[in-house]
Amino acid sequence: MVSGPSSAGGGRHGVRARRLPTAVKIVIAGGFGVGKTTMVATVSETRPLRTEEVLTDRGVGVDDISGVERKDTTTVAMDFGRITMKEDYVLYLFGTPGQERFWFMWDEVSLGALGAVVLADTRRLSDCFPSVDYFERRNTPFIVAVNCFEGAKRYDLAEIQMALNLGPKVPVMLCDARDLDSCKQVLIDLVLHAMKSRGLTEEPEPQNA
Amino acid sequence: MMPPEDPQDQWPDDTVPPAARGRLLDEQAGPMVRPYVMTSGRIEPTRGEFDLITLVVAVGPEPEGAIGLGPEHLAIIRLCQSVMSVAEITGHLDLPVATVRVMLGDLLDKGFVSMQEPEPEADMHDIRLYKAVIDGLRAL
Repeated sequence: MVSGPSSAGGGRHGVRARRLPTAVKIVIAGGFGVGKTTMVATVSETRPLRTEEVLTDRGVGVDDISGVERKDTTTVAMDFGRITMKEDYVLYLFGTPGQERFWFMWDEVSLGALGAVVLADTRRLSDCFPSVDYFERRNTPFIVAVNCFEGAKRYDLAEIQMALNLGPKVPVMLCDARDLDSCKQVLIDLVLHAMKSRGLTEEPEPQNA
Repeated sequence: MMPPEDPQDQWPDDTVPPAARGRLLDEQAGPMVRPYVMTSGRIEPTRGEFDLITLVVAVGPEPEGAIGLGPEHLAIIRLCQSVMSVAEITGHLDLPVATVRVMLGDLLDKGFVSMQEPEPEADMHDIRLYKAVIDGLRAL
């Protein structure tokens, strides 16, 4: 079969029964303008794509979507990126829709997620409360990453932890959503945290815990 | 719909498939063909549960003049010559998720694509997955 340029199918040329890689997702949440799309773009191997879902009600006929009188019939967009891993894993990073009223989209994107990063901005800390509540309620492992905007006052991590009323087990860290190494560290810390919260042991090699 | 928070241009613009570029679009009116026309008014796929990260791959090359397939169906087959997630298909074709789901159901039904269900929750306890993700992130 023809194999495209994507590395996801790489190494499988000539193999007749094509084994598909396993897809894993991580959710990047937080308030509007906190840097979710920036973080997705920083780590994605391809240009971030946008997926759109039309808000519908199962009981409503398809034609009703075109009704302009109901403001609810709207389109929700999510930006996402992709990182192809060795050993046949593909990681997708989904930035949640900015407005938390689109819960249906959150449910879909959080289902089966490895974990979530809640991005926070110290100037508008309360913007990330809905995300924190959401993942706590769903028992989705998450960490809080404070995006360090220029000009924003630096707070002590313990202060932020207290302000967000987070349990002691939820890691809080500083990050720069524009910086690849910083985003990598956030994601690695999230994966380690997810392992721990699911009762799996860490790798024996030294980690930044 | 919201604008990207930080539009960047670090990737060459060769990822847009011809199908997405050549579509009949009117900036004011949006696509001239409404999504529900492409699915003949259906809102649920006839087969398959397509999560956003369900991976899809074409079973063969794009067929020539297959009966019952619209241009969007063919565009999906073209895209899925390499492994693609449902989310990626919707992003490349600029179609709503629900529309793509219905068309993927058709293609699955007719045997043009095969799919991989996303890992069920239980597999979140597979330590190999975590190790692979950590290694992959470190290698970035």
